[in-house]
Amino acid sequence: MSKTWRSHVLCAYALAVLAFLYLPLLFLALYSFNASRINAVWSGFTLDWYSTLFQNRRVIEALTNSLLVAFISTISSTVLGTTAAIALNKYQYKWKPAINGLLYMPILIPEIVMGLSLLVLFSQLQIPLGKITLTLAHITFCVSFVVITVNARLEGMQPELEQAAMDLYATPFKTFRYITLPLAMPGIMAGALIAFTLSIDDFIISFFVAGPNSTTLPLYIYAMVKRGISPEINALSTLLMLATISLVVIAQLIQPHYISKNNEQ
Amino acid sequence: MRNGKLLVIPTVAWLSIFFVIPLLIVVAVSFASRTAYGQIFFQLTISNYIRFLEPLYLSIFAGTLFTAILTTVLTILMGYPLAYYIAQLPKKWQQPALVLAMIPFWINFLIRSYAWVIILRSQGVLNTLLLRIGVIDQPLQLLYNDTAVMLGMVYALLPFMVLPIYVSLEQLDYRLLEAASDLGAKPFTAFRKITLPLTIPGIAAGTILVFISSLGMFVVPDVMGGAKSALIGNLIQNQFLSARDWPFGSALSIVLAVLSLVLIMLYYKALSLQEGGERNVKDLA
Repeated sequence: MSKTWRSHVLCAYALAVLAFLYLPLLFLALYSFNASRINAVWSGFTLDWYSTLFQNRRVIEALTNSLLVAFISTISSTVLGTTAAIALNKYQYKWKPAINGLLYMPILIPEIVMGLSLLVLFSQLQIPLGKITLTLAHITFCVSFVVITVNARLEGMQPELEQAAMDLYATPFKTFRYITLPLAMPGIMAGALIAFTLSIDDFIISFFVAGPNSTTLPLYIYAMVKRGISPEINALSTLLMLATISLVVIAQLIQPHYISKNNEQ
Repeated sequence: MRNGKLLVIPTVAWLSIFFVIPLLIVVAVSFASRTAYGQIFFQLTISNYIRFLEPLYLSIFAGTLFTAILTTVLTILMGYPLAYYIAQLPKKWQQPALVLAMIPFWINFLIRSYAWVIILRSQGVLNTLLLRIGVIDQPLQLLYNDTAVMLGMVYALLPFMVLPIYVSLEQLDYRLLEAASDLGAKPFTAFRKITLPLTIPGIAAGTILVFISSLGMFVVPDVMGGAKSALIGNLIQNQFLSARDWPFGSALSIVLAVLSLVLIMLYYKALSLQEGGERNVKDLA
């Protein structure tokens, strides 16, 4: 009897914590459909805030910037992170602890410090802040996450397949092209998705290195929040939230699938 | 691919240029002075670090530490039961439940703080509701104070605590709990003497993540806090964007970075000591 009582309390507590995590986000989304501009009183369903959003030239510009920066930094950081992870997995390096330290440090350092240090770099080099500085910064904070994700995949792989290919006289390039790369692909895809999510969602680092013509969606939301509350912010935040959630769920769906496939081998 | 080993070079070069060199410049700037117009000139001085010892800045630092500690304690109290609940669900429900608990982690602090503004502002959800029921007849000032910041911090960082605790609970050997119960231990005693000690590494990992993230936080106090609720992150942000005192801002961020890295190193040291200890126990057995 006491056991079921205990588990009910635990269940209720866990659900309450989950509600605490989700209720504010639900309210945020809900009020993006509320007809009233000022009040929290529900005054009818509307899609007006979404349509004004899509007619707003500055929102479209911010969206274009966000996608452009995310696209370029995802491709670049995936190439950089994947080559580094594969090389580190395959070869012995005298400086391996130092290289690993360098690869993981960007995750450990507070984001604000990384953002302002890039700001200081760009200003010392007199590079004007804009889309280029923003993209360079995004590539930098995404690389480490790609390395970790690809590395996790490579560590679960068996070296026998590559050895067999080599035994069958495949050239090192062919072994890489037809064995290593396809096997690592789920890790690379997951890494790329994570990089894209981090880039499109980043506020803190972008805040320091973006210029007047390179406002991204999170930066635009920040500017709007600072000016005051409006249902358009709710609508824009809801869209960004939906994009993030979909990307994370897709990344999750790729990974366990391949992990279980891997276990069957 | 005889030169395959060299494939690591572009990444190492990239991170050296855009991560290591910027940090070194910040270190250099933190020892520099500035002109009346905010220009940096490189004349070696430690005055930026000494300025940090002024009562105003020390009190902001103390406030930041206090907020970080309280945030950590509250996230443990909320996160541990949630992680525990997920870990004891049937296997096929664990992954979806964990994803559910972790999704907010991926949504940025800005949007998540703004969500609370919707609820807490004077014409917000909560005040409207309370006015409607008639509990209050004046809107309460729920936003822009220390309590709101505290709430926002716990809200922002809770997922950081849930994941590592879940991982350590998932690795727990449940036969130990069965043994304890066979030997007549009450559930709570078994929890206190077995589950809790064995999941300390998870709590420690979550503590490091939450504590370090709260030290560097500036978004939550910026959106939800008033002028009095500034944390060290806001102070740094101000030095760079409004006050234009980059040398002082650099010194502050070096203090923040060093403090964070020292905490991480201490954590890994404790972890390896503990693993060493476990190995010794196994060797004895």
